[in-house]
Amino acid sequence: MGQVTTVDARGLSCPLPALRAQDALKQMASGMVEVLMDSGTSCDNVTRIAQRGGWTVRVEEQPEGTVKLILKR
Amino acid sequence: MPSFSQVLTSRWGPILTGIAVGVLAPVLVKLGNPGNMGVCVACFSRDIAGALGLHRAAAVQYIRPEIVGFVLGSLAAALAFREFKPRTGSAPVVRFLLGMFAMIGALVFLGCPWRAYLRLGGGDWNAIFGILGLVAGIGLGIVFLRMGFSLGRSRPASPVAGWMLPGMMVVLFLLLVFAPKFGRDPQGAPVGPIFFSTQGPGSQHAPLLISLAVGLLVGFLAQRSRFCTVGAFRDLILLRDAHLFNGIVALIVAAFFTNLALGQFNAGFLNQPVAHTNVLWNFGGMVLAGLAFTLAGGCPGRQLFLAGEGDGDAAIFSLGMIVGTAVSHNFTAASSPSGPGAYGPAMVIVGLLVCIVVGWGMREPRTA
Repeated sequence: MGQVTTVDARGLSCPLPALRAQDALKQMASGMVEVLMDSGTSCDNVTRIAQRGGWTVRVEEQPEGTVKLILKR
Repeated sequence: MPSFSQVLTSRWGPILTGIAVGVLAPVLVKLGNPGNMGVCVACFSRDIAGALGLHRAAAVQYIRPEIVGFVLGSLAAALAFREFKPRTGSAPVVRFLLGMFAMIGALVFLGCPWRAYLRLGGGDWNAIFGILGLVAGIGLGIVFLRMGFSLGRSRPASPVAGWMLPGMMVVLFLLLVFAPKFGRDPQGAPVGPIFFSTQGPGSQHAPLLISLAVGLLVGFLAQRSRFCTVGAFRDLILLRDAHLFNGIVALIVAAFFTNLALGQFNAGFLNQPVAHTNVLWNFGGMVLAGLAFTLAGGCPGRQLFLAGEGDGDAAIFSLGMIVGTAVSHNFTAASSPSGPGAYGPAMVIVGLLVCIVVGWGMREPRTA
């Protein structure tokens, strides 16, 4: 299994969740990035940016309204 | 076949929302709102501040139901799609100040980003300089974002906190409907608590229930589609993402054709409604607004929609906007059709300095 990076974007205002996820994706040619978020807007933004870069996106519901996006390429 | 909600969260969401705003705003003008002011969060916040007696500009006092509708429409969508999440705690006082200065800048231009696009769609070419200023302000905000600027994290909060601004909007609507009067002064003028303009832009409005319905619809659509008139340029520049930008293009095109169809399209710089021709301060005012909105995470409409979702920090920003419009008029900083107010340029410079201190001072290390 390749490199795994975790981005905790919970509670951050736009555009920081997308910006931090994009920074993490740019640093890896392949592997897995986990992004923790608690807003639907951020989920939509990160999903769009990841898919544009050829990453697959899996959504995992977490307790207390947190969503984990698992991005793989 | 995708559901309507899925369409709104797809790439078509901002486009459909933009078309709805671009069509409905000129219709509101046709029905009584001031020219090119079918929707303007700055102008409407200023009117609400006046109606509450927070400033004394008699021509701009009215409780605009569109603003009430924005928040409650977003609340309805958030509740329906389980996105009502009470939260707060991300630098509320800083957000209040950013809301104030965003409005001070917007009232030097005479309009928020929504109205800037609507003015362009109505043929008011002065809006071009406002939009250029807005983009410059957003660009400056992006510089701070790239340097690690953050207002910090919000945290989940009690539902009571999330319901505060929607509750205030209900109260505002009741004050609009019942317009209580507590008497008159010795000269015969009403002493409040609610003031309504009898002439000027504040006296011009579409029928109450139609304005409210448009606000509710736009609030609902925008909550689902994440419509943001500042995020449009921010995401295009910062993330190379045109998702929201497409919505702005749709808004301007729809407003252009609707104004044309309604006989409201009037191309030129001179004699535009509630606008002035000072290029420098049309630009400068919106630099401040663009920077303040970018630091706070979204345009004025977006702040109202977030507040409808239970975001207490966006609610504080929204209250800052109302207070900012009052400060703007009380300090003679708001422009008029004859040009910038006496202290408008100075207030813009002060606002820019405050925003730069915030942007520079609130940087965090860029770690995941």
